[in-house]
Amino acid sequence: MSNKSNNSASKTSAGQETQYELDIKNLVVEYRTPDGVVQALNGLDLQIPHGKTLGLGGRDRRRKDDGRPVHFAADSFPPGVIVDGTIYLAGEDLMKKSEQEMEHIRGQKVSMIFQDPMTSLNPVMPVQEQIAEVIEMHEKISNSEAIQKAKAMLELVGIPGERGTEYPHQFSGGMKQRVVIAIALACNPGLLIADEPTTALDVTIQAQVLEMMKNLRDKYDTSMLMITHDLGIVAEVCDTVSIIYAGHVVEHGTLEDVFDHTCHPYTEGLFNSLPNLEDRTAKLKPIKGLMPDPSNLPKGCPFCPRCDYAMDICKTQKPLRVYRNEEHYVECFLYNEQNIKEGGVIGK
Amino acid sequence: MWKYILKRILTLIPVLIGVTLIVYLIMSFAPGDPAITILGDQAKPEAIAQLREEMHLNDPVLVQYGRYIINLVQGDMGTSYKTKKEVSFEISSRFPNTLKLSLVAVILSVVLAIPLGIVAAVKQNTFIDGFSMIIALLGVSIPIFWFALLLMLLFSLKLGWLPSSGNSYWYSIILPAAALGLHGIASIARVTRSSMLEVIRQDYIRTARSKGVPYSTVIKRHALRNALIPTVTVIGLEIGSLLGGSVLTETVFAWPGIGRYMITSISGRDIPSVLGCIIVFTLCFSVCNLIVDLLYGFIDPRIKSQYS
Amino acid sequence: MSKIITEDHQEGEVQVFKKQSLLAETWRRLKKNWSAMVGLAIVVLLILMAVFADVLYDYDNVVIKQDIANRLQAPTSAHPFGTDEVGRDILARIVHGSRVSLEIGFLAVIFSLFIGGFLGAISGFFGGKIDNVIMRIMDVFLAIPGTLLAICIMAALGSSIFKLIIALSVSNVPVFARIVRGSVLTVRDVEYVEAARAIGCKNGTIIFGHVLPNSLAPVIVQTTLNIAGVILTIAGLSFLGLGVSEPRPEWGGMLSSGRAYIRDYSYMTMFPGLMIMITILALNLLGDGLRDALDPRLR
Repeated sequence: MSNKSNNSASKTSAGQETQYELDIKNLVVEYRTPDGVVQALNGLDLQIPHGKTLGLGGRDRRRKDDGRPVHFAADSFPPGVIVDGTIYLAGEDLMKKSEQEMEHIRGQKVSMIFQDPMTSLNPVMPVQEQIAEVIEMHEKISNSEAIQKAKAMLELVGIPGERGTEYPHQFSGGMKQRVVIAIALACNPGLLIADEPTTALDVTIQAQVLEMMKNLRDKYDTSMLMITHDLGIVAEVCDTVSIIYAGHVVEHGTLEDVFDHTCHPYTEGLFNSLPNLEDRTAKLKPIKGLMPDPSNLPKGCPFCPRCDYAMDICKTQKPLRVYRNEEHYVECFLYNEQNIKEGGVIGK
Repeated sequence: MWKYILKRILTLIPVLIGVTLIVYLIMSFAPGDPAITILGDQAKPEAIAQLREEMHLNDPVLVQYGRYIINLVQGDMGTSYKTKKEVSFEISSRFPNTLKLSLVAVILSVVLAIPLGIVAAVKQNTFIDGFSMIIALLGVSIPIFWFALLLMLLFSLKLGWLPSSGNSYWYSIILPAAALGLHGIASIARVTRSSMLEVIRQDYIRTARSKGVPYSTVIKRHALRNALIPTVTVIGLEIGSLLGGSVLTETVFAWPGIGRYMITSISGRDIPSVLGCIIVFTLCFSVCNLIVDLLYGFIDPRIKSQYS
Repeated sequence: MSKIITEDHQEGEVQVFKKQSLLAETWRRLKKNWSAMVGLAIVVLLILMAVFADVLYDYDNVVIKQDIANRLQAPTSAHPFGTDEVGRDILARIVHGSRVSLEIGFLAVIFSLFIGGFLGAISGFFGGKIDNVIMRIMDVFLAIPGTLLAICIMAALGSSIFKLIIALSVSNVPVFARIVRGSVLTVRDVEYVEAARAIGCKNGTIIFGHVLPNSLAPVIVQTTLNIAGVILTIAGLSFLGLGVSEPRPEWGGMLSSGRAYIRDYSYMTMFPGLMIMITILALNLLGDGLRDALDPRLR
């Protein structure tokens, strides 16, 4: 296990102190398609301190589009084009890296868990080889040693090591996802990105897998970016939350900040659309309207057309960031420096 | 695994019997009296009638068929009306030639087509891709016999490099094999390409990339094996069209195989020979299909589990 | 833009994309594929050529009438493709040959489509013993390579157009049967068919209303590609002397007669062969284009 404390005190070449495992500022990503330009991300800001977990919430129809910043982990950006912004991983500027350098980083400094375990594994390769592959890629050891380590990883995620010679189709969905997690953590990355890791799983399995992820994360002191629409998972696993809407963070804070002192109307809408366990006869309260078309975003605040508290200024100008405390901020015209300290969504 | 192989062989037998029945029935409609074909036009009516009795030609068709089958399983395919020799002899002396030609054509196809398809897929939408796919499209559109004639025209008659007929030299096989293999090269390359393109889009390729595996390694290690599965299907189909094509190619190049023998037997009304040829062709085809099916089991562990 | 009213009686505006019919949608996608359009254009030209063959060249006087004095002439302005070994204009014979190829090819495939489709539908729909028996019989026919089966039938039955059509369709029947059966099996147990049954639809309605439309796409693609294969087989059979017989012009037959003169009069083999290739190429391009346009995953 590498010494993780290096990250919190290392300096970049610019001499700044980096406390963040992941630092994304103002990322703008576009898809250039024959039918037009799609704004996948509009100035995304994301900071994950070392050893912490950030939840990226918000119910987006095009889930993957919002997860695009994380796909730098998997690909060199196609088909999206990074138009603006910076991405720093453990103090290193990823935009400046060559493809070969990126290949060193992937799997070792940052790794990813994808949404659908049924298709994430190569059907014609035994699972231990798929785990061993990432180990061999980044460590100079022999194949048989890598297989041994792979088996150990399997045990770690709760699968008997002897089953390593079996093929993915011989495992259930939950076990497949565990294999994926084993692959992701095999080289002890500083950052783990999880894109809806349990959505495709049965609810009971979901709980098991999440528990396991938490344990491993704590054991290895891994930072995590958890992308999910399920606020329950956010509450379980995350330290901080960023709520994304139309490719931009509209509210961010610690769990307590966002859950107990909700500020943004969209966040309020998300919480309201959860069924109420106590009052079973209460009607569901969905957020009216539909997601904006990413190739044709409205001027002003993107949430304005659907917002219960919309004001005239919301239609024409983009709201500025207002901080409630050191961590918690919101971008909404309802708030200014004074009233934000009072908490809650004004006008309720 | 072996149980599955045995089962497949067992299901093959009724199919082959069905084939012999159908082909026999079809050939029984052939015009002309076999006795006349053997004895010649000038033969006396009594001789013809006597021969018909000896050959049991007056029995009902199904009885004749039954007799044929019983002989067939003992290896006796009857006697050629023309050469008076055993059909099994005629066929077995020519079969190795067809086998040689077909094997060379298949190996040529596979060895050329699969790398071509892979390169076209990896370099999608570049010049190499466009160019090789146009060639492939032409390859499946050219009639075999015309291509054979063109090859013969160019390399034999105009340039004089290669012989235009027969099997006299080791290099005699080049032109016929090229003609026969063209269609296979083209269709296998196309399928390999589309299959690779499909596989490259799969999630597990993304997983492999996210591990930091270089692109070329991903292609070799992850994409290839998965992409081969549909390719093997097409190879199986190609063998079928290869057998049909061998008839045409052998005719053009006067190659001494059973394809050419079948055609000359048809014009000579030599029914037992025609029958024998078709049965041998069908047997080959079925065996090849069986091998291809079993090959799946080796490539794809999901299929293997179904059969163990 | 359309107006919508949400549950809490709010009004909103939503942009609605009208869903086009399958035909319009497929045509739209096909149009984007320029190679498929080229294929389609060529096929249309061929059909026109076949339809107006008599107008272009009189059959009795030009196509089959021998003119030994003019035999084996290289291409000139009078005979753009030259003349054959008995003096007939090759271009005229090629134009009329398209009629033979297209008519027979089309009929043979339609024939096998209906018979095979019917067998496949009842096989898939009713399953059980019927399915078993039908599929076993199909297996027997599939075990014989198509060209060989056609050769065998033609050798036995002799050449008449009708028998040629039968010979060609026989090996395609199992192909269509398999496709339709496969589609039927996919749809038969799907939820909306169960639902249809639950509200009392008869079997017939289900077959025609739900099951058959589902198999339409692969059948269309297969039909186009099969016509190409059949035309190739016709040419091959005629080349071997088993297909269309003299004096009717057929491209494969023309190649066969040109073979004897190939050394000095190679043009006799060039043009018919080129025609076959262009026809097959066009049909393949069209078939590929249709396959892409009808691919449900790309919708």
